[in-house]
Amino acid sequence: MLSLAILKQSLSMALQNIKANKMRSFLTMLGIIIGVAAVIGLITIVQSVSNQMMGEFSNLGAGTLNISTRASVMKEGLSETDMQLLMEVEGVEGLSPTVALTTSSVAGTEVYEETSVEGKNALFFTHNSDSIIAGRAFSELDMSGDTYVCIVDQNYVKNALLGKQVLGAEILVHGYRYTIVGIQKNSDNLMGFMTDNSELAGTILVPYKNALAMTGNGFVNNVEVYVEPQADISRVETDLRAVLKNIYNENTDFFSIFNMSSLMDMMNDVYSMMGGLLGGIASIALVVGGIGIMNMMLVSVSERTKEIGLRKALGAEPARIQIQFLIESIVLSMVGGFIGILLGLLIAAVAAQMMDAKFAISGGAILLGFGFSAGVGIIFGWMPAKRASELNPIDALRAE
Amino acid sequence: MIRERTDMVQNTGEEILRMEGITKEYEMGDEVSVVLKGIDLSVRRGEFLAVLGPSGSGKSTLMNIIGCLDVPTAGSYWLHGKLIADEDQTELARIRSAEIGFIFQSFQLLQRQSAFENVELPLIYANMPKKQRQERTREMLIRVGLEERMYHMPNQLSGGQQQRVAIARAIATNPTILLADEPTGALDQKTGMQVMQLFHELNDEGRTIIMITHDAKIASHASRIVRILDGNISEGGLEDA
Repeated sequence: MLSLAILKQSLSMALQNIKANKMRSFLTMLGIIIGVAAVIGLITIVQSVSNQMMGEFSNLGAGTLNISTRASVMKEGLSETDMQLLMEVEGVEGLSPTVALTTSSVAGTEVYEETSVEGKNALFFTHNSDSIIAGRAFSELDMSGDTYVCIVDQNYVKNALLGKQVLGAEILVHGYRYTIVGIQKNSDNLMGFMTDNSELAGTILVPYKNALAMTGNGFVNNVEVYVEPQADISRVETDLRAVLKNIYNENTDFFSIFNMSSLMDMMNDVYSMMGGLLGGIASIALVVGGIGIMNMMLVSVSERTKEIGLRKALGAEPARIQIQFLIESIVLSMVGGFIGILLGLLIAAVAAQMMDAKFAISGGAILLGFGFSAGVGIIFGWMPAKRASELNPIDALRAE
Repeated sequence: MIRERTDMVQNTGEEILRMEGITKEYEMGDEVSVVLKGIDLSVRRGEFLAVLGPSGSGKSTLMNIIGCLDVPTAGSYWLHGKLIADEDQTELARIRSAEIGFIFQSFQLLQRQSAFENVELPLIYANMPKKQRQERTREMLIRVGLEERMYHMPNQLSGGQQQRVAIARAIATNPTILLADEPTGALDQKTGMQVMQLFHELNDEGRTIIMITHDAKIASHASRIVRILDGNISEGGLEDA
């Protein structure tokens, strides 16, 4: 019954009718255009922003667990032995302890009372290789504790070494003479942002053991745990927690483990919820557009009553009439949907440009746009098409 | 409901239409108006029948019932051996597609479709394959003398030419009955005569034609005339008209 000829005929009739009533068709489609553009635009914007955020977060460290401890009277932090225990947990690839302190530094003749100093090991740089923008990172050879090399960040260069030869220069850190071997990017990630302090001259990285010596107690309060890629990160987290609990005599108040991937999961949930919510609001516009289509189709049916009667007299079964009008409303809706998708992507691209986010076309959103508009065409075209198919041919033929 | 009728009488041709006591009533509020009051009619293959009657006589209602656009309130109607009763709209559409070719007073062409597309339409509804359909459409347009104007739009054609397109469309499916409702009503006399000439030719080819008209002169072209008045039918020649 639904032959190709019928489909083709209905399709060409639909296009003819749209062309014959250009203004009316365009105004009717406008509802769908706005609705689809809003849905596509919002989803794409949220997607782009969330991709951007996720990218930054995974820079911070996917596959990384962060252990922080608080100093207590009993125990100031994690000792070498404690870290050895943590290393033994299955799935742990390595540890990168951070020893952070604020101390003085001297560059040339200038004294900087507030300089942030962080102790890092060589492993840290294998996981953050792209943070060095000039010179070199630390290697295992720098880790003995009596190699006095350091890496300064861009802030420190700007504040203390502007216009000078940086690599190879010597500065005093905590009273010791260090040779600068590398320059590190300012940490532009979330953590860096949170610890930003304008009082500071900048950050100087020194080998981990040197920093430990500066603090003078041999304990660390912050350890990054690199998890083997194939290991189950939440299992490793549980095991690490058990080890730490043991170290801290069952007292869980003094340590915490921060799992970046669980944070990312949470963020992902938030973003998809946000996308869904915005899409939901935008789809109200689609419903309004659909009502517009229904209205136009009802007008079209009553205008073409005579044509419907004639088609019936010529042998068109009611179902064929229904299909013809349904196709017309689907075509109307989908042409609107297509324009809406283009418009939505354009809006999203402009918005992404303005927000400095990377524009990401989501195939899912485009499919959704087409699906939505086809759905609207079917749902809101059904009633008018049904009405057309049920017209009595005698009355229809007599209509003027 | 379709019942085969076996007691058809052979005469000049096989009986292809038979009506027995066809009654049609319309309810208008509390009043019931009886438009057809027990019509008996028999038409044989190859006849050219005119149904002659003034407006309000019930001839349009009779045409609707013959054309399976409507069903009677009472009585029996056999078309091509099938009893047309309470068929649903889909079934009636199929019967129309196979048995009836309509020709209307005001041509009733789809204005946004070419002559070719207009003639092709009933063949699409009859599910004829594309190649055969296009061949048949061409053949029909040539038959009515519109070889040169196949792809013209209706508004590029004269009234007589439009009616020719309508006739080509009506005969395209090779229906059992050509049902014409005042086919010359919208044409001037000369063009009307040309259409009648075409009707004669089609009749000579063996096509059965039933023509509804109020015009005795037009009715005189038919080989047989029945008169309808106040919902009653009577056989009658021109002399009574």
